[in-house]
Amino acid sequence: MGTPHAYGFWAYLLRDLSLANHRRGEVASPLVFLLMATTFIPLGIGPQSELLSSIAPGIIWVLALLTTLLSVEGLFSRDYHDGSLEQMLISPQILVMPVLGKVTAHWVVTGLPLTLFSPFLGLLLSLPSDGYLPLAVGLALGTGCLSLLASVGAALTVTLQQSALLLTLIVMPLYMPVIIFGSSVAQYGVDGLNWMEPLAALGAMLALMLALCPLAVAGILRLTTIN
Amino acid sequence: MNWTWFYRMGSPKWFYQTTSKMLPILLAVTASLLLVGLVWGLGFAPQDAKQGNSFRIIYLHVPASLLALAGYFLMAIAGAIGLIWRMKLSYMVMKCAAPLGAVLTFIALFTGAVWGKPTWGSYWVWDARVTSMLILLFLYLGVLALGSAFQSQDVANKASAILALVGTVNIPIIYKSVDWWFTLHQPSTIKFTEAPSMHPDMFHPLLVMILGFYCFYAVALCLAVRVEILNRERRSQWVRDVIGQADKGNRGVFR
Repeated sequence: MGTPHAYGFWAYLLRDLSLANHRRGEVASPLVFLLMATTFIPLGIGPQSELLSSIAPGIIWVLALLTTLLSVEGLFSRDYHDGSLEQMLISPQILVMPVLGKVTAHWVVTGLPLTLFSPFLGLLLSLPSDGYLPLAVGLALGTGCLSLLASVGAALTVTLQQSALLLTLIVMPLYMPVIIFGSSVAQYGVDGLNWMEPLAALGAMLALMLALCPLAVAGILRLTTIN
Repeated sequence: MNWTWFYRMGSPKWFYQTTSKMLPILLAVTASLLLVGLVWGLGFAPQDAKQGNSFRIIYLHVPASLLALAGYFLMAIAGAIGLIWRMKLSYMVMKCAAPLGAVLTFIALFTGAVWGKPTWGSYWVWDARVTSMLILLFLYLGVLALGSAFQSQDVANKASAILALVGTVNIPIIYKSVDWWFTLHQPSTIKFTEAPSMHPDMFHPLLVMILGFYCFYAVALCLAVRVEILNRERRSQWVRDVIGQADKGNRGVFR
């Protein structure tokens, strides 16, 4: 725990996790969506396993992206509407740490289960066996990027009522690099290439976003929530 | 250092009155540049050896693409100035630059598709640059959508300025990753047969068109910002005076 700033991180991480624990059904629904959407893919394009296995990495990544976007709407707006966001904004510590704590909690609740879930999705879409490890490792890093970028969109739309669609609209173009590198990690694994290269690019993006996104979110929350 | 000139520039009234004087000249320059460029490029420039007459669409395509990109940076810089110095005018410039840039991006994509059909054999190709332009269109649409979603003008200004800035940070990353993605999935059917340099007879009209488009952009942006100024400052006395005079004299937009 250490310094007061680290305390802000842990306090908000644990708070959001225990809140998530109280509404497990709501937390589980993005994953159920992911499972349903994955079952619809073979229904749409046909059950031939060669066809499915060739598109599996890309499809799983696109669905992971949509799942993250669906789950992020309430990240700050729930706190905004019940007033606790204001408490966070006027707290004496630097705002970046609580923000990072909240985003981390969001990742633990959506990104992490999604990563653990992904081999099962690969199974459904007959992903070749070489693809499982790179898919999961890539998703572990990539969902972190997705959560961080989505938090920027969630902060921008925090004061709005029906913000889910708008949030999707403004965040999706920013997801482009993540999905390109993320899906090619899995594709490299399937093709028997060295998948560490795109994974390194993905890790570099995660490091960059880890440094910049919480700063941006803190600034945005201060600007947009002041009436 | 004396900064009063900078703050004076931020005054909507100053902007409105200055552009009233400058716009007729700028409009004349724009019209003549575009007319000369179009007639020269479409009528008198030599045919391309491989593409025949279809290459002539670059006289619209290249200037539109250039301005679509430059317009995004203009929008982001205007937003940044608004955030840093809290200038109302620069937020108005940012707001008006968004639809203008989106339309230019669309024109660039559309003319590219029209040119692609006879040259590449299909309207749409997942080429690195084409894809980047499509993402640019999405970024513009995001800024537009966010700007219109808020009740409060002040929050809308700040939020879309930040989104424009976040997009600017992302543009190089997006461009490089799309480039990398394209080399990864290199389609075999399409090759960029770009000549290393253009013939001067083709290049000079293009230069005129680019200049003309820049002037056109300035005119369109000024007109849009002037309308925005009148709309947002409609309660101030000077705007009432201007509108009253326009009703009497009726000299249209330049009054």
